[in-house]
Amino acid sequence: MNWLAFISIFSAAMAVSFGAIGPALGEGRAVAAAMDAIARQPESASTISRTLFVGLAMIETMAIYCLVIALLLLFANPLLK
Amino acid sequence: MNSPLASVPLFHIGSMPMTEPVIATWGIIALLGIGGCVVTRRLSLSPSPVQAALELLVEAIDSQIRDTMAVEPAPYRAFIGTLFVYVFIANWCTLVPGVEPPTAHIETDAALALLVFLAVIWFGIRAAGLRGYLATFAVPSPIMIPINMIESLSRIFSLMVRLFGNVMSGVFMVSIVLSLAGLLVPLPLMALDLLTGAIQAYIFAILAAVFIASVVSDGEAKPLPSK
Repeated sequence: MNWLAFISIFSAAMAVSFGAIGPALGEGRAVAAAMDAIARQPESASTISRTLFVGLAMIETMAIYCLVIALLLLFANPLLK
Repeated sequence: MNSPLASVPLFHIGSMPMTEPVIATWGIIALLGIGGCVVTRRLSLSPSPVQAALELLVEAIDSQIRDTMAVEPAPYRAFIGTLFVYVFIANWCTLVPGVEPPTAHIETDAALALLVFLAVIWFGIRAAGLRGYLATFAVPSPIMIPINMIESLSRIFSLMVRLFGNVMSGVFMVSIVLSLAGLLVPLPLMALDLLTGAIQAYIFAILAAVFIASVVSDGEAKPLPSK
């Protein structure tokens, strides 16, 4: 195994692991805030949860980007051809 | 292990390679088209159970569009509803043995995102005319024109990558666990996969509605009186 493959696999793992931290913290904050809002105003729960889902999808995209980068490094790496 | 980014041609029609997502998409189109024709052939005022269930679905889509876009849903029902139903059934294709969801391949998602991109332009021009649509890029001020242009492309790109990443990661994860441990172990992951698929279908349709609503409402908004 040459150095390029080693570095690619290592950085794929780094991308996923560190890329998961930020969205996890962000999603936690978002869900906590939404729970708080629903507890205060249960009648607007449907609006809040719809907005929450859309927002969570937006935040989650960051983690998905990292996953796609990792897959590009592992399966479509131009340096390893 | 097969790369999740590559798609293998099954057979060729002429010189055009046919991959598995294309066949699965044809299957879904046939299912939805024929199913829709058969069910709506005899509509009555005292609905059968199937008709009642479908009316419930249409009502739900209508109410979501009304809540999200704050407009009457009629012009958008066909596009948004079809997106939702198609992506939902495509994500739940894993329930049929041997079928992979076509949305787990980036080509299908790219096609869907391109449809949303074109629909935003179409509905924007229809709501406010070509001038009005182009003027939405200058909201709130002309300095924002480059940023708005980049945004209109990047949000479509992220729409594509989001659906692809979520569905593909589910399929990928199940196949990894299946290669490590046998029969019943991947079942919870598969259930999670179905949940993710349903949520992603909802989110895809809602985000398409939000993008269309933003351009429609920006175009219809009266320009601020100059001071």
